[in-house]
Amino acid sequence: MKRNSVVRIIIISSYAIFIALSWIFNFGPGKEITYNFASFSLDMLKVLPCAFILIGLFEIWVKRETIEKHFGEKSGIRGYLWGILLASTTVGGLYVAFPVAYSLYSKGAKLGVIFTYIGASAICRVPMTIFEASFLGVKFSAIRLLVAIPLVVITSMLLGNYLRKRNYRIVEGK
Amino acid sequence: MYWLYAITGLALVFSLVASREKTLQALKISYRRFINILPAFLIMLVLVSIVLFVVPDVVISEYLGVENRFAGVLLASFLGSITLMPGFIAYPLAGILLKKGVAYMVLSAFTTTLMMVGVLTYPIEKQYFGTRVTIMRNTISLLIALIIAIVTGIFFGEIFQ
Repeated sequence: MKRNSVVRIIIISSYAIFIALSWIFNFGPGKEITYNFASFSLDMLKVLPCAFILIGLFEIWVKRETIEKHFGEKSGIRGYLWGILLASTTVGGLYVAFPVAYSLYSKGAKLGVIFTYIGASAICRVPMTIFEASFLGVKFSAIRLLVAIPLVVITSMLLGNYLRKRNYRIVEGK
Repeated sequence: MYWLYAITGLALVFSLVASREKTLQALKISYRRFINILPAFLIMLVLVSIVLFVVPDVVISEYLGVENRFAGVLLASFLGSITLMPGFIAYPLAGILLKKGVAYMVLSAFTTTLMMVGVLTYPIEKQYFGTRVTIMRNTISLLIALIIAIVTGIFFGEIFQ
């Protein structure tokens, strides 16, 4: 067994023991941590099944050439625009963006677009931005988007180029 | 959220009509992908549940309200990086803090790092991108968040007047 999985098993089982003991001995902090765990798991369960079903359908139905053309090395600046548009419809947050990014990458999207997609799905999701604007004002959201998007695209291009020169590849389960 | 279910449902129906076999294949891929990443998700949930206990909303509100705005921005970036909360909790919280007089630039640093910098999502990100790239991406995101905070401060007249 890999060292990584041993560490994981140790972490998860000691956590489970801690939770069990907390409930047996009525230990407040342990119970509160259980509630945190449950509420976050529920939040993710609302999104993840759909996200992974869509990923599976994407893998089967979308042709590699289509992704290469619009998101790949020859897509130019349009690839970045598509990355941002796709990101704006992403739900959940980074934890959904990573598996989607991996699927895009395995279908031939270039690294710069992948990082743009991840960055943009953190900051330009449409429902989130509307929510943000309603609590903090339109000016606040506008400044954030106008500053963030160019920075995300530029740094993603640089990071993508740098990694491509070093023959970096994304592999599931590193 | 409901439109996500609607779209997924529609996509599944279309796929089933087009080819039952391919749909089954797709669902197998979905399942395999999900199972592969599940341990990393569990680790993340363990971390989230502990960190949210150690750093609850009350503590965050307290630290973001410090007098010195630059200290506030740095503290906010730190708290935003190490915590994780959905937007429907984070923005109302930011709205309350704004009414209490917390500077826009501090709230900007907090919400942006919250969304972009993921210390708690590290187990998942590492699984796909490896340790080095994960650290690089998060460092870049932190710098972007700081720049956004400074620009926000300038436009709201909070600094460099």
